[in-house]
Amino acid sequence: MSNATTTDVQDDRPRTAPKPPGTGLSSRSLPRWAPLGFAAVALALGVGTGLAAGWHSRTQWGLIAALLFLVISYVVTTAVENRRQAKDRLATSVVWVCFLVAVVPLASLLWTTVSRGAARLDGYFLTHSMAGVLGSEDTGGVYHALIGTLEQVGIATVISAPLGLLTAVYLVEYGKGALAKAVTFFVDVMTGIPSIVAGLFILSIMLMAKIEPSGLMGALALTILMVPVVVRSTEEMLKLVPNELREASLALGIPKWRTILKVVLPTAIGGITTGVMLAIARIAGETAPIILLVFGSQLINTNPFEGAQSSLPFYIYEQYKVGEAASYDRAWAAALVLIAFVMILNLAARGIARWKAPRR
Amino acid sequence: MAKRIDVGGLTAYYGSHKAIEDISMTVEPRSVTAFIGPSGCGKSTFLRTLNRMHEVTPGGRVEGKVLLDDEDLYGAGVDPVTVRRTVGMVFQRPNPFPTMSIFDNVAAGLRLNGSYRKSRLAEIVEKSLRGANLWNEVKDRLNKPGSGLSGGQQQRLCIARAIAVEPDVLLMDEPCSALDPISTLAIEDLIGELKERFTIVIVTHNMQQAARVSDRTAFFNLAAVGKPGRLIEIDETERIFSNPSVQATEDYISGRFG
Amino acid sequence: MASTTSPLDSPPAPPAPPGRPRSTGRVGDKIFIGLSRGSGILLLVIMASIAVFLSYRAVLAISKDEGNFLTTLDWNPAGDPPVFGIAVLLFGTVVSSVIAMVIAVPVAVGIALFISHYAPRKLAAPLGYVIDLLAAVPSIVYGIWGALVLVPYLEGLNLWLDQFFGWTYVFEKTEVGIARSLFTVGILLAIMILPIVTSVSREVFLQVPKTNEEAALALGATRWEVVRLSVLPFGRSGIISASMLGLGRALGETMAVATVLSPSFLISLHVLNPGGGTFAQNIAAKFGEADEFGRDALIASGLVLFVLTLLVNGAARLIIARRKEYSGATA
Repeated sequence: MSNATTTDVQDDRPRTAPKPPGTGLSSRSLPRWAPLGFAAVALALGVGTGLAAGWHSRTQWGLIAALLFLVISYVVTTAVENRRQAKDRLATSVVWVCFLVAVVPLASLLWTTVSRGAARLDGYFLTHSMAGVLGSEDTGGVYHALIGTLEQVGIATVISAPLGLLTAVYLVEYGKGALAKAVTFFVDVMTGIPSIVAGLFILSIMLMAKIEPSGLMGALALTILMVPVVVRSTEEMLKLVPNELREASLALGIPKWRTILKVVLPTAIGGITTGVMLAIARIAGETAPIILLVFGSQLINTNPFEGAQSSLPFYIYEQYKVGEAASYDRAWAAALVLIAFVMILNLAARGIARWKAPRR
Repeated sequence: MAKRIDVGGLTAYYGSHKAIEDISMTVEPRSVTAFIGPSGCGKSTFLRTLNRMHEVTPGGRVEGKVLLDDEDLYGAGVDPVTVRRTVGMVFQRPNPFPTMSIFDNVAAGLRLNGSYRKSRLAEIVEKSLRGANLWNEVKDRLNKPGSGLSGGQQQRLCIARAIAVEPDVLLMDEPCSALDPISTLAIEDLIGELKERFTIVIVTHNMQQAARVSDRTAFFNLAAVGKPGRLIEIDETERIFSNPSVQATEDYISGRFG
Repeated sequence: MASTTSPLDSPPAPPAPPGRPRSTGRVGDKIFIGLSRGSGILLLVIMASIAVFLSYRAVLAISKDEGNFLTTLDWNPAGDPPVFGIAVLLFGTVVSSVIAMVIAVPVAVGIALFISHYAPRKLAAPLGYVIDLLAAVPSIVYGIWGALVLVPYLEGLNLWLDQFFGWTYVFEKTEVGIARSLFTVGILLAIMILPIVTSVSREVFLQVPKTNEEAALALGATRWEVVRLSVLPFGRSGIISASMLGLGRALGETMAVATVLSPSFLISLHVLNPGGGTFAQNIAAKFGEADEFGRDALIASGLVLFVLTLLVNGAARLIIARRKEYSGATA
């Protein structure tokens, strides 16, 4: 945004304090290093207070320092400059503090996962199951869970992608009247369904039809979560296709369905692919439906249509619940695998979006 | 209070791209100065350097001087916020704050600059709306959103908003280009009235408009494609349109290029 | 945002193909329309059956509930007589989500502003990117991080809050025990929904028309005043919908709560005390040992959660629709 630069000029321009007589444009102002100075003072005071009071949690030290920083910069700016400048500076400080406050936990999350996960992650871990491994033992792996995740997510994608794509085509290219309105509304509603509710829905069917847990059941619940995401993103992409393209094709006497297949969809394919991949990344981390529907297993089960399976997120939960040092290690390592899987999907999806974008 | 503008050797950049080069001119107080020239010649860029809006654009920076009654807008210790309060601006497309009522739009600048009693605020708002020839059309719906007005009314609302804070100079960047002929006429009449109180600088693509409203006219042009824009000449409007001293100006005005 | 689009926004249907279509045209069109409309209808059927099936199983369970389903402070469907109620779960779900919203929304708006208007330009783009990636971190990872890293870290903060704000009753810690409390759950949920709320808000802030911001600047507004005059009013409905999106996630979050909370069937406003429960957490925790009737009882509680999230999403949509009408905020 444009403002970043403007405001740099506004706030950080070194200014001479005394204003020349008879003019109205200059005013007294703080030097450009002032915010840094405030931050240093606040930090020193925060740490000092923390040490003096003997609090061991650094969270408090940080919170105190942040609060002091806001107060100091507001008071000093009011005194030296004026209220408006002080408010401006306060807003800037608050925004910076928000940013820093949020960075700490998120950085900690990534750091912990990577550092603790990397300790246990190796070829053995990726290629072995938990068959016959006790919770406290230092062996075992994630192979069975990987298979489960890939199969469940694969099935969900095979169902969701065409279903979502066709629905989006209907909404954008054909949709008019009450039916389209209803579909739009309920797609929105479906977007908000908690994953555990989707799981309970499939569970209620299983209870009535006396179906045993299997990877397929989990995949069906994941489908319910995935379809609305695919519909939404595909809809956005189809709307970006300029109408002139459709008209040009129709004017050549090409039927509408071929226009959609040969002109509209290829134009939007980059964005649609991105949307589907982001949706896959989203459901790959879902745990709740798996707990209810797939049941979990320590063994390798390559058949998603029969018998219990595991999955990466389920495996993490399971290992966490065992509560042994060795199982925590396995949980972190699996978390690292899961995060890597999701991140690679995300990065690839964005890469495709960027690669396809200029040609749209 | 209308002020004089003296520009000395002004060059403006977008990043490493030089948009205008070495422009010097004087703008007289209580007069209308029109900037004309082909598209992309830098007249809008130059206008935006006169209230430091140019540096809002990423990479925008300026060399040279702009004196407002002898004080340099780009001098050390000058706050761009104060500059913009002193040098008001009206944009190409009407841009009232969409979430604010008509009244609040006009009062927006005042509220930034201090607290006013309600009655005083109402007084200034009325005066500004009258000054913008809009009062009679909106006095019954001051609390309605400004975005509900017609394009021409919105633009006059923006003018009212700009003059409410009593600036010294009023910059107008093609203020009529998005309006129909009747609204354009209304704004042109208004400019004639406003020059009694303000120094006005207007960028326009419409040469008849420049001839109708301005006292002095400045012609800008590119030295060549890809080169920065330059000021070719500035003179009494009458002279520019009847007997310019530079051939390029005459060619442009008579429609031989541009 | 997903919620506001409707098929009516789509461009008017292009003119019908000229006469004498190729013979495949009509048939192809019919098949294609049939397929795509069929998909839409299938989605409606799925939605309807979610409501019907959940309700049916829930009725089976509730009809045999000897306690009051809404007010009973116990969950014992296997007992004789079976007694279970959702009061504790409703309380815990709402309280933890409210804590999460109170923390996350202001911070998220701050970060969104930081990225869109305050950060140095070189930092802004990668930051937006990182936030989007964080939104994709699976909730189970937040869950184990919360349980193994955050909980020990918050112990000090809890003691401190109790020491200085214990008089507020809410922050009084009456039970000894580690910080597996609704308050900790709220903080973890806040961290979890931060990326999504930030990302949606930032999207909206970046859409503020430049002319609007310039209008404020040209009046002599400082950076904060530009934000207040043009960015926040324009982005308000976006912030609301982002918050609702976050609230929806917080209400239905299962794993992060299941790992962090040490559950107990109690209602207590002492949010620092360990204990309490939420709908989703209770389902995940009780599912393993539940028989068929127990599962129906859990389905009944899931139905309530379903309705709750529907209400939140519906409210968000209403607010946004109404804002649109009278703000005239068109980009």
